[in-house]
Order: sequence, then structure tokens, then C-alpha cells
Amino acid sequence: MSKTNYREILAEGVWRQNTGLVVLLGLCPLLAVSNTVINALGLGLATMMTLMITNLTVSLTRPLLRPEVRIPAYVLIIAATVTVIELIMKAWTHDLYRTLGIFIPLIVTNCAIIGRAEAFASRNRPLAALADGFAVGLGFGLALVVLGAVREVIGHGTLFRQAELLLGPWGENMQVTLLPGYDSFLLAMLPPGAFIALGCLVAGRNWLNARNIEEQAKPEFEQAGSPAT
Amino acid sequence: MTDNSESSASMLRSGLSLGLLALLATALLSLVYWWTQPRIAEQERRQLLLQLEQVLPAERFNNGMHEDYIDVSSQLAFPGGQQVRIFRARQDGMPTAAVFRLVVPDGYNGRIKLLIGILASGQISGVRVLDHHETPGLGDKIEIQRSDWILSFNGKSLVNPEKPGWTVKRDGGEFDQFTGATITPRAVIRAVRRTLEYFEGNRQAIFDRPTEFQPQADAPESEDV
Repeated sequence: MSKTNYREILAEGVWRQNTGLVVLLGLCPLLAVSNTVINALGLGLATMMTLMITNLTVSLTRPLLRPEVRIPAYVLIIAATVTVIELIMKAWTHDLYRTLGIFIPLIVTNCAIIGRAEAFASRNRPLAALADGFAVGLGFGLALVVLGAVREVIGHGTLFRQAELLLGPWGENMQVTLLPGYDSFLLAMLPPGAFIALGCLVAGRNWLNARNIEEQAKPEFEQAGSPAT
Repeated sequence: MTDNSESSASMLRSGLSLGLLALLATALLSLVYWWTQPRIAEQERRQLLLQLEQVLPAERFNNGMHEDYIDVSSQLAFPGGQQVRIFRARQDGMPTAAVFRLVVPDGYNGRIKLLIGILASGQISGVRVLDHHETPGLGDKIEIQRSDWILSFNGKSLVNPEKPGWTVKRDGGEFDQFTGATITPRAVIRAVRRTLEYFEGNRQAIFDRPTEFQPQADAPESEDV
């Protein structure tokens, strides 16, 4: 623990222990808000901010808090952080806030956040905890955005629709129509479509992962096997 | 004995540290609330005005319509025991239109929030759905983003069409139904008709009652429409 390996933290949070695709925490917002890329991006950013702030705060208050009261303290820190983010979003990205609705306050209940506070931030130095919050948040956000993109393309045939919700007037012309004249496919928009798409994503990640491991292992196989063939 | 006093000392320390944390969190939240509140109120006002202007063109009024409203309830016209907010539009003090914000309780999938603009002549200037939980792809065609259906109310009144025409075509009326969803449009049509009838019967009172808006009330509007 003397030297923090930030590369390792990033790889763990984004790929190996990805909250949405491997640990499977926080699925409720993941499935509910991933119907368009912009919604997914909005919630992903909000969750990432929350994770970074709570991880940092938890790590900073580590010397002050006795272990027996740490869980209520985490809950307090997380709830306060999310409320601050909610107020700020309400003031500056009002339309997006209205679209995401209840899922902003519900970030509080995303178990991934208290999970990181307990499993990582409470045992590590502030900078490492901040990096972990960033990595895990990025991993969750990426899973959200990819899922959102898949569902939006299949559901509407577009990408970045309603970008003005997140980016203001600047995003009004961002919508990309990939399949012109596409009649929307309802299933992708509904909860079953979210589950099916998530299942495919998890399978895809596992496949990529297995292939990576195989490739890393290959040279050994070749060394061992080539003389024989 | 020493054990006991030690454990109570540690309990006290735990409690105090939690209390301190709670105090800090509360202070932070108050600060952020105080900082964002004017902007949030401004955003909500802008949002409301944008919605109102969707059902009533801005050139039809020059009063602060979003601040000129009354709350009414009527079991007959607005079932479900709801409070309906009526915004009054005036041009140089003369009443030009009223915009009703109400809930249709009997949608296919629960409540549908509607905004209905009615000109002083009794004609509808516009209807919009603010919020609903109808089936995506079927009942959600009541949204302006999904279909033009909601525009078919424009220009309608109690006599155009006459009462039998105020339903979907399948029931012999003048309004289109959606493939696979008849309950949703039926409910919306009924609610619009009832609102027109209420307007006809209470026209004088609607425009004469003093506004219920209180400028000094800085609390944000609780209703999340």
C-alpha cells in the first residue's frame, strides 16, 4: 500500500471490476436511464462526480471516524453529495434534470457507491480513493453510454438525440440519424430490451476478456507445443 | 469499571463525530441551496412560461400569465379530487384566454397531466401533454414529439363538433384513435370536453377572482409538473 498503482486502479474500475458489467451493482439506474445516449451520459457523469466526491471525503474523514459509526457516516456523506449535485443540475441543466427525474436522487441508493466507500476509500489514501472513484465512475458511465447507444440505435435509429438537454442550444444539431426512415423498434426502448441489451454487453465483455487472457497465454502454448507439431 | 467508562467515552466520541459530520453536511447543503435557489426558481418560471406558450401563442397576452392564476376544484369537471390551476391570459387587462393545468385520472396507465388553452371565445387554442405513463409506441402518440394527434384539438369548441363528435372515430366521433390504443385518446378527449364545459359555465368567475400568486413566497412550487 506504500506506492499507489494508478494504472491498476483504472484497469480494475473500468474493465476487470466494471460495476455495470462485472460486479452488476447499480443495475436499476443502468437499465432505466439507458434509453438514449444523452440520458446515459447525464446519469453517468452525475454518478462519476458522486463517486469521486464521496470516495475523497470518506478517505479524508478516515482518521476522524471510529469504525463502528462509519456506515452511517458514509450514508450521510453520500446523501449530502447527491443532494448538492441534484441542486446544481436542477439549476444549470434543468431540462436534463427533468428527463432523468427520480434517478438523480436515487444515485444515493446505488450500492456501487457505498460499496466503493467501504471496500476502497476507507482503506486508502485520499488521492488513491479519488482515482478509484474516477475509475469506477468511468467504468459505470461507459457501460451506461454503450448500453444507451445500442438501445438508441436499435430503438430509434439515431444517436445523440435530445443532446440539447445536456449541452444546451449547442447540442441541438447533434442528432445523427444512422438509419433514415427507420420506424422505431419498441422492444429496445422498453425494460425487456434493456435486459437483453445488457445481457449481450456482459456476454461481449466476457468474450473479449477470455480472448485477451488466451492471447496473453498463447506464447507459452506455442513454446510448449510448436516443437511437437 | 474502567471498561465501562472507557466504552461510554468511546460511544460519546462516536456520537460526537457523527453529530459534527451531520452539522457540516447540513451547513454545506444550506449553502448550496441558498446559492442555487434563485437560479432554480428562474428555471422553473422559464419552464412554465415555455409550456404555457405552447398552448397559447405569446402574442395573445401581455400580462404575467404565469403569475396570474387561481386554483379550483370540481368533482364533476375534474374528477379525482384534484386541484386544477387556471392561468389567466389578458391583453391590456382584457381577458383573452385561460390555460388549465389538470390531471386526467383515467389514462390506460394512470394519470396524464394536461395543459389546455381555451380562448375567451370558447375555442381551444392548444392542448399539450406534460407528463404521462402510457405505453411507449402506442398510447404515447398523445405527445407532440411523437405525433400530431394532439393538434387536432386546435380550434375545437363545445359546438365544433357537437357533443356526439367528442370521441374517437371508432365510437362515432371526430377524433382519430391510435392503432392498439383507444383508451388513452378517449380519456384525453373526455377531459378536454369536460374542461370546455367547465369554462363555459364559470367564465366570469375564472377571470374575476383575484390571483392566488404570492410574490413574497420564495418557496419553490411543490408540484412537479
